[in-house]
Amino acid sequence: MTRSRYLGWLLAATITLILGCGVAVTIGPAAVSLGQVMSSIGAHLGVATEPVPLLIDSIVWQLRLPRVLTAALVGAGLALSGAVMQSVTRNPLADPYLLGLSSGASVGAVCVVILGIGFFLPAAAFAGALLALVATLSIAKVGGTITPVRAVLAGLAIAQLAGALTSFIIFWAAKGDSYREILNWLLGSVAGATWQSVAIAATAVAVVGTGILLSATRLDAFAFGDTSAASLGINVNRTRWALLGSVALLTGAMVAVSGSIGFVGLILPHLVRGVSGPGHRRLLPLVAVCGALFLVIADTLARTVFDPRELPVGIITAFIGVPVFILLIKRKKSHLWA
Amino acid sequence: MGVDLDQLSFTIDDTIILRDVSASLPTGSVTGLLGPNGAGKSTLLRLIAGIDKADTGAVSLDGTSVGSLPRREAARRIALLEQNAAPSVELTVLDVVLLGRIPHRTKLMGSFGGDDDRAVAFSALEAVGAAPLADRYWQTLSGGQQQRVQIARAMAQQPSLLLLDEPTNHLDVSAQLALLGQVRELTVTAIMALHDLNLAAAYCDQLLLLDGGRLVASGTPEEVLTPEIIGEVYGVDCFIVQHPRGGHPVIVYSAATSKGNS
Repeated sequence: MTRSRYLGWLLAATITLILGCGVAVTIGPAAVSLGQVMSSIGAHLGVATEPVPLLIDSIVWQLRLPRVLTAALVGAGLALSGAVMQSVTRNPLADPYLLGLSSGASVGAVCVVILGIGFFLPAAAFAGALLALVATLSIAKVGGTITPVRAVLAGLAIAQLAGALTSFIIFWAAKGDSYREILNWLLGSVAGATWQSVAIAATAVAVVGTGILLSATRLDAFAFGDTSAASLGINVNRTRWALLGSVALLTGAMVAVSGSIGFVGLILPHLVRGVSGPGHRRLLPLVAVCGALFLVIADTLARTVFDPRELPVGIITAFIGVPVFILLIKRKKSHLWA
Repeated sequence: MGVDLDQLSFTIDDTIILRDVSASLPTGSVTGLLGPNGAGKSTLLRLIAGIDKADTGAVSLDGTSVGSLPRREAARRIALLEQNAAPSVELTVLDVVLLGRIPHRTKLMGSFGGDDDRAVAFSALEAVGAAPLADRYWQTLSGGQQQRVQIARAMAQQPSLLLLDEPTNHLDVSAQLALLGQVRELTVTAIMALHDLNLAAAYCDQLLLLDGGRLVASGTPEEVLTPEIIGEVYGVDCFIVQHPRGGHPVIVYSAATSKGNS
C-alpha cells in the first residue's frame, strides 16, 4: 500500500474515532444532542459557547465523557499491548489477557481495593501484571525456547491461578458493594470511570505508547526470530524485556482503570495488519486508533443494549471477539498458527 | 573482509561446544564449515557474527575485534542466514528484503524516506534473480526461492562478511547448485556451514572441518577431504576422485553394508 493510502486510512479511522466518541456521549438514558456535547466540552475548556442546562452539562462532563475517553484510551492501550506482545514473543495468540497479564494485574488491583489503599492501585496492578508475565514466560520456557502453544498454556494456568486468587480475596474480605466492584474487575468494565481514570490511562498510553512507537523498527526485526533480530543489529534480550516490561506497565494501567478486558489485544492487531501490513511503523498507530474505536463502540453497546441494566464491557468484547477470532483462524494459513 | 579466529572456546553449562578454534580466512574467499551434527558449526557462526560471545579467544574482521563492535555496527558488516527461518507474520518478499536495511536506519523510528532502502532491496533481489517475486508472500515460495530471498535480505544489509548456516538444507539438487553458484558470484567473504562434502569441495576455496568442537583439519578441499580424515571424523569409507571438469575432489562413498558396518 502506498504511503498516501495508508495515511488516508489512518486519517479516516481517527476522524471516525473522534466522531464516534462524540456520538457515544450523546447516547444514554438522558437525551443529549451532539451540539450540547460540543458546547459542554467547549465551556469546560474555556471556549465561549451556548450555555447548556446544568444537568446536561454534568451528565456530559462528569459521567459520559470520562467514561467514553477511558474506553478509547483503554482500547488503544490494549491493542498496542497485543501488537507488541505478538511480535516480541512471535506468537499470533499473544495478548495481555491470554498470557495472564490482565489477570495478574487484577490480583494486584483487588488486593489494594480490599486493603483500602486505592492510591496504590496502578502500581499494584503493574506489579501484578509484571509478576504474571514473568511467571508465564518462565513456565513456558523449556530448554531455552518458548513455543506459542506453551506460552498460551502457561498463560492459561497463570490466568486461572490469578482468577482463583482474586476470587479467594473477594470471598475472604469483601463485603456489600465490593462484590459488584470486583465482578467488574474480573469481567472488565469502564462503568466507574472518572477523570482520574482518564488521567491514568492517558498518561500510560502517551508515555508507553510513544516508547513503543519509537521501537517500531526494532519490532520489525523480530519477524524471523531472535537470531535473525540479533544479526540485524538488535540487542535482543534488552529490547525484548524493555518492550515486555512496557507492555506490563501499560496493561497494569489499563487494568487499574477498567479491569481485565479480553480480546481487544488479541484480535485488533490481526484485523489491522490486513490493512496496514506487518510493518510496525504503520501497524502501531492504526491499531491504537482502531482499538480505541472498537472499545468505545463495545462500551456503548454494553450500557445500552440491555438498558437500564448494564453489562461489563468484557462480555461484549468476548461476544464480538470470539467469532472474529474464529474467522481469523479459519482464514489464516494454518502454518502460522502451528 | 579478512576474518581471523583466534583460539575460540565456548561452553554451555559445562559442555564444551568449541575448543581452541583458530583460523585465518582471506578477504573475498568462500569458506566451507564442515563437521558431523553437533560439531559446533552453528555455534561458530554465531560467535563470528558476534551474536554469542566466546568464553576465551577473539574474532576479528580486518583487525577489528567483533566483540568490541556495538551490535548495530556488527550488523552493518556481518549478515547471518539461519537454518529454516520462517516469519511469524505474513510478509511479502519485499518486506523480508527490507528487513536487511534495519541496521542502516536511524535509531529511533527509522527513516521515513525509505526510497533508498527500496532501491537497495530491489537491486539485492535482482542480484539473486528474485526480482519478479517482490510482491509474493513469503509463505507461498518454494524452499529454494525462500533461500534466495534470504540471501537477498542478507545482501540488502550490505555486509562485507556473509555467514550461511546450511543454506542448501531441504533444497533439490538444482536449487542447491544455483544457490551456491549465487554465493560464489557475490563479492563478499562468505563462510557457510555445509553437510554435503561434495558441494563444499566444488564451491569453497577452503574448508574448516570441526569434530566435537575442535578444528581437526583446515585448508584447501584437496588437503581436507582425504579418505583418512573423512574416515576419522565421519566413520565412513570413501574414495576421492577428480572431477572431470572442475578438477576438484569428488568423494565417492562406500556403502556401509559392504564392509559389515566397520
